[in-house]
Amino acid sequence: MPNSTADHNSSTGNKVAFNPSMTEITGATILLENVTKSYGAKKAAVNQLTLEIPAGKTVMFVGPSGCGKTTTLKMINRLIEPTSGRIVINGEDVTTMNGDELRRRIGYVIQAGGLLPHLTVGANVGLVPKMLKWDKQRIADRTDELLELVSLDPEIYRDRYPKELSGGQQQRVGVARALAADPPVLLMDEPFGAVDPITRQRLQEELIHVQAELHKTIVFVTHDFDEAVKLGDWIVIFNEGGKIEQYGTPEQILAHPANEFVEDFIGSGAGLKQLGLTRVRDVDIRQAPAFTVGEDAATAVAHMNEAGVLRAIVLDSRDRPIGWVTRRQLERMTTVGAAHARQFPVVSDSATLDDALDTMLVAGSSDAAVTGSRGAYQGIITVQTVIKAIDHISADPEEVSTPVGHNTGAIPKLATGENGVISYAMDEEETATEVENDSAPWAEHSDPAETHRGSERA
Amino acid sequence: MGSYLSDRWPQILSASWQHFSLVAQCLLLATVIAIFIAALCYRSKTLSGVANSVSAVGLTIPSFALLGLMIAPLGFGVAPAVVVLTFYCLLPILRNALVGLAGVDRSLIEAARGIGMSSMETFFKVELPMAWPVILAGMRVSAQMTMGVAAISAYVLGPGLGSFIFSGLSRLGGANSFESVVTAVVAVVVIALILDGLLLLLGRLTISRGIRA
Repeated sequence: MPNSTADHNSSTGNKVAFNPSMTEITGATILLENVTKSYGAKKAAVNQLTLEIPAGKTVMFVGPSGCGKTTTLKMINRLIEPTSGRIVINGEDVTTMNGDELRRRIGYVIQAGGLLPHLTVGANVGLVPKMLKWDKQRIADRTDELLELVSLDPEIYRDRYPKELSGGQQQRVGVARALAADPPVLLMDEPFGAVDPITRQRLQEELIHVQAELHKTIVFVTHDFDEAVKLGDWIVIFNEGGKIEQYGTPEQILAHPANEFVEDFIGSGAGLKQLGLTRVRDVDIRQAPAFTVGEDAATAVAHMNEAGVLRAIVLDSRDRPIGWVTRRQLERMTTVGAAHARQFPVVSDSATLDDALDTMLVAGSSDAAVTGSRGAYQGIITVQTVIKAIDHISADPEEVSTPVGHNTGAIPKLATGENGVISYAMDEEETATEVENDSAPWAEHSDPAETHRGSERA
Repeated sequence: MGSYLSDRWPQILSASWQHFSLVAQCLLLATVIAIFIAALCYRSKTLSGVANSVSAVGLTIPSFALLGLMIAPLGFGVAPAVVVLTFYCLLPILRNALVGLAGVDRSLIEAARGIGMSSMETFFKVELPMAWPVILAGMRVSAQMTMGVAAISAYVLGPGLGSFIFSGLSRLGGANSFESVVTAVVAVVVIALILDGLLLLLGRLTISRGIRA
């Protein structure tokens, strides 16, 4: 450990802190450095955890209840103060700064959104900017922008109260509120646990779209492994005491579970779960003629004759698909209308092939419209496309270097990578000697047999 | 009765206004004190328990006796009346404030802290507004209860309609004695209804539409 103190100093001196506009990635790298949380004399809830969260990535914390995943999350914004260890965000040690100020710079989303029921939707979203003393107009503009981002029409929802919204809508407002001050880091604590499965699927897809636009660093706690596979760039599987069992990409974990614990946690059907890894946008999306309501019907028919198709998709004014119309129906109209449009299934381009196939089968249709960001029409996907794609799923994921994550107590080294994005690396030799030389308490805890003992806190 | 009223109308009006003003001001003072005490106590189970027991016991003290006891340290007039009234007002509001603050959903408080509100901001912007309807209900109970107590404050020569009741009762059977008592009683009831209406209106104006039942 004495060797690495010099590195700390250089890292804190290197004030890149929270400057989002350096690259495309607006997120910040987070490092939990040898962090322990214990309550009294009981066994530590989180023990000697060192974990790097790479900038601009979504990292999922999964594990059984009581494994310390929520505790770990809450230590990042210091809602729970670590007993020992350091928390470093973009090279800046935030372990001792004012906790309230720290939390204003980190987005936080909890189950059911955690909206304040006595404030309107707009006021809820504007809470953090208001605390940061933005002027009124700027807050109002930002609020509308964020409600748009989470697919809620500001005109309709800005002045409503949370109780007037559905669970899914409340959750969206919760995400908008967390993003209000454009924080580089977003912490999400089982945010979609309290909504029905269909809403959850939609919220997950929206989160993927939002993240594709914003590139935040997202730390997401869930107990649902399928959700972790769907949303995560990286997954950390925790065991009791905050012990990392495996840290890898969803592909890596599904293809090569590190040990029996991980295998049990993934459950059966790991092969099938890999279907959940390919997204609609990764396969061929076919183009089909689509016309916006109000367009000239004759031109539309001419287009269809040219393309030699009998059906076309009708879009609303915001490019969202409404349904199918046939060429016959169009011939009878002067402008394209949606009155006789037939409903058809719609999937998001971030939906997994699993979800897409499911949607089509349930609707009894051999194809579905694909929508992108904010529900805009992209093309169509057919059952055949999905089946073809299944054949191509590779069993062996490519090797990628995993971020730092262990419970040995060894301290990682700072390595500023391309474009000034901070990352960390373990000095292999040092790691080995650290563990050997020191007969410190962690040696005992890193014993796998030890992890089956209870720890009281989640 | 008619001539009694028309002869003494100005006195009745001014006594009624004094009565109303005494109760309203004590209510305001008591609310501030009650919220302050509740804010100190609500996070601790022990302190909340103590505060609750004190307010329960306090309500059993006969107001007439307490007023009499206040004469020694505070003398006659407005001072003992205000102290005793504020004391009685305080108790129901304190109870409700404790219940209201304890009833705020923990996850809301954590959400507020999680987005960077200090514990002070959380109290004033989240916990207090959420507990406010319950506190206001306590204020309405207090207002009704102390309307009666305020009448007794005439015993220590306090302001209000009590003097009409005391003088009427002391010479019952004499000229206008009955009218004096009835007038004061009716006036107290009317004032009580007016104050209750005002508190209801206050609730309409200050309780967020988002948490109104």
